[in-house]
Amino acid sequence: MPDNNVTNILVVGIGGQGVMTATEILAEAAIALGHDAKKTEVAGMAQRGGVVSSHLRFGPKVLSPQIMAGTADLLVGFESAEAMRWCHMLRPGGLVLMNTARLVPPVVDIGLYEYPDDPLAEIKARGYQVHAFDAMAIALELGDVRLGNTVMLGAMADHLPFPAEVLLDAILKRFGARKPHMVEVNRKAFEAGRAAAKMAAEEAVA
Amino acid sequence: MAAILPAPSNSRLLLSGNEAVARAVWESGCKVAAAYPGTPSTEMLEVLSTYPDIYTEWSVNEKVSLEVAIGAAFAGSRSFCCMKHVGMNVASDALMTLTLTGVIGGLVIAIADDVGLSSSQNEQDSRYWGRFAHIPLFEPADSQEAYEMTKIAFDFSEKHQVPVILRMTTRINHVKALVTVGERMAHAASGFKKEPARWVMTPAGAGKRIPLMFERDKTLRAEAEISPLNTIENGKDKRVGFVTSGPAYMHVRESFPDAPVLKLGFSCPIPLEKIRAFAKTVEKLVVAEEVEPLVETELKAAGIECLGKDILPKQGELAPNVLRPAIAKLLGEPIPEMPATPAQVFPRPPTMCVACPHLGVYYTLAQIKNITISGDIGCYTLGAGHPWNALDTTISMGASMGIALGLDKGRAEADKDKRILAVIGDSTFLHMGMQGLLDMVYNGGNVTVLLLDNRAVGMTGGQSNPGTGRDIHGQEAPRVDFAKLVESLGVKKERIHVVDPYVLPKLFKTIRDEIKIPEVSVIITDQPCVLVDDYKKQKPFEVLDEKCTGCGNCVDVGCPAIHVTRREKVVKPSGKEVELQFVRIETSACTGCNLCVQPCAPEAIVHADLTKPIRLVKH
Ligand SMILES: Cc1ncc(C[n+]2csc(CCOP(=O)(O)OP(=O)(O)O)c2C)c(N)n1
Ligand code: SF4
Ligand code: SF4
Ligand code: SF4
Repeated sequence: MPDNNVTNILVVGIGGQGVMTATEILAEAAIALGHDAKKTEVAGMAQRGGVVSSHLRFGPKVLSPQIMAGTADLLVGFESAEAMRWCHMLRPGGLVLMNTARLVPPVVDIGLYEYPDDPLAEIKARGYQVHAFDAMAIALELGDVRLGNTVMLGAMADHLPFPAEVLLDAILKRFGARKPHMVEVNRKAFEAGRAAAKMAAEEAVA
Repeated sequence: MAAILPAPSNSRLLLSGNEAVARAVWESGCKVAAAYPGTPSTEMLEVLSTYPDIYTEWSVNEKVSLEVAIGAAFAGSRSFCCMKHVGMNVASDALMTLTLTGVIGGLVIAIADDVGLSSSQNEQDSRYWGRFAHIPLFEPADSQEAYEMTKIAFDFSEKHQVPVILRMTTRINHVKALVTVGERMAHAASGFKKEPARWVMTPAGAGKRIPLMFERDKTLRAEAEISPLNTIENGKDKRVGFVTSGPAYMHVRESFPDAPVLKLGFSCPIPLEKIRAFAKTVEKLVVAEEVEPLVETELKAAGIECLGKDILPKQGELAPNVLRPAIAKLLGEPIPEMPATPAQVFPRPPTMCVACPHLGVYYTLAQIKNITISGDIGCYTLGAGHPWNALDTTISMGASMGIALGLDKGRAEADKDKRILAVIGDSTFLHMGMQGLLDMVYNGGNVTVLLLDNRAVGMTGGQSNPGTGRDIHGQEAPRVDFAKLVESLGVKKERIHVVDPYVLPKLFKTIRDEIKIPEVSVIITDQPCVLVDDYKKQKPFEVLDEKCTGCGNCVDVGCPAIHVTRREKVVKPSGKEVELQFVRIETSACTGCNLCVQPCAPEAIVHADLTKPIRLVKH
């Protein structure tokens, strides 16, 4: 955490993956604990398949909503190449939580560009810590790809300056209000993501 | 959007600038709010439409939305209108005379500047409108301020009988931050009073109102000098003091916590004397404004020495990574080191949706040679990109019509056999395209117009318009009949075709036949955007590996559910080398629209066997 006590979390992925919703839930958790918070996106025409990077800053008082390169405490990548694209935003030694799923865009399909061979290795080579796991597979196992963002939130749970329960509460509150039937499966997704990140952390040490 | 109960007063909510403005408009007792969608302004009206006791509408364009708001303000109601920056170009004809009449009920116009160009065709500075139209302009720096300034703006507008512009930028509209909300105060309309000298702007009448406008300028300037929206924060590091506004204020505060700052919240007319006094307290004065050097120029003209765009960029946001090095350089300090450079990763431009009805149109246009395609603004602008490369110009909404006619009339001798086409969406056509088509018919143009009616304003998130048959609340509304509309504009009945964009042979034949006829033709496609409720998913497809010959035809459709799994170079019997592309379809995303099936000669694309578990394919 930098000297002004503001925590910087950058959540990145692709339009449609639920990146912005995930960041908003994180923000709500931070607010529930009495923090000031600002959330902003750098998103092109965000809806369809474009790059999305969502910035969350929270602490006693937040001024600029934007995280500057080299100052993010935590980078959460909903997709492999996107985690790689944004890893320079981390502070030296910062942590990356990443989904190993690879979502290949049409420009790669039609042969104009190449998808990086091993984003994970590239990020590690820059000296960042990485905990990687396949969030898409976990979500599909639970029966719905759209649970991916809750899986990712679960993965963050043990890497925040507040208890995991506060985050889980914020998630369940949101679903409780909008889609009550989704509460249980989201709780499962959260726990699965948390376990996956823990396992990835152990692997990273081993 | 379903009606939701507004949060009780005193709640602390995480709101975007747009949501904060909507709340404040409602609390201010506003009676009429109108807008045409446009990023990053759209959510203001979308959210307002969920509040009770307020009339909201999607207007056909920004000019009409402003006129609706003006009428309501003339009737003594509080009214509101919002738009993206380019919207005011369309609405400004009304604005420039509205400044002479002024208003009775408070009128607030929120303009959202897309600083940084996240989703616009240009980057404009709407602060000019305040100067140009002689009306006051407020600039919030975050959601809480957006909320408070909106409320102040209504009172101020009524007090001085003048509309007020709330200038926002993407970094206000779309940033979520904490806002403490308040109570709604109802506000009864005072009623329209007949007063031709005030409301009927003839040359004689307007001539009498102009001096009043200049008188008002003086009053407004005096108000700006004492306004609590313009604040001075003393800092102990007097080497550089800043005059700043909007999001740039937050960036300045973040970057230079000890610097003296004069924050402009009420920035037009500019509080010159306040700034002059502030300037004397600092060694160097820097104006940090997004984006044009407006305040800077005014200060320099008033003899207040300052720096601005001489050291800061004239484009984009003034974020800390821009401000810090510029000021360090100014002070002769070491320039802060650049953090790690970004990794090289492919670009990921936005794509059309899986099964978008526009795909068939662009697949077809890409097959036709010797044509120039005048394009317009909407999801279909993406047709300029890969794999279609089938759109040649885009300027502003509705411009495809006039530009097509100009391309036709101004063609070079070498282009005499080129066919001119125009592509325009339903909402864009109703916004500004109708007049251009009328012009084309009236003046004997030779253009084939493709009117892509997907029953939605797709680009901005699927809002309703007069072509959708639904109003802002999703309730049934009169639906315009495009075929009849274009016929009544003078297009011959036999030159009007309504086609299904998913039936490729028919679409191809219709376009190819019509471009040969030297008259105005209109081809209307009639399938809905996949995001609207009317869209019906069909049984999805998959590719049979053993049948796929790698011809790549389906890839040319450009559907994001189709992925190339393998490429192979082969030499044809003719000696020509070709690259084969073998594909798979992401069955869970495919909606079964049938587009890619049609160009697949070996019939390798078949309905998916849904009894098998979905494979997770890794590249
Ligand atoms: C003057 C102006 N107002 C608003 C916008 C924002 N905008 C861009 S495209 C568009 C409408 C697109 O709708 P439509 O023509 O139906 O095409 P679709 O996106 O549905 O394909 C809007 C509102 C703009 N660019 N310019
Ligand atoms: S939002 Fe609608 S019109 Fe736009 S790309 Fe998607 S399907 Fe097509
Ligand atoms: S049928 Fe083909 S074009 Fe249509 S959605 Fe499925 S994969 Fe895309
Ligand atoms: S069109 Fe058919 S044969 Fe050609 S690449 Fe596509 S699936 Fe294979």
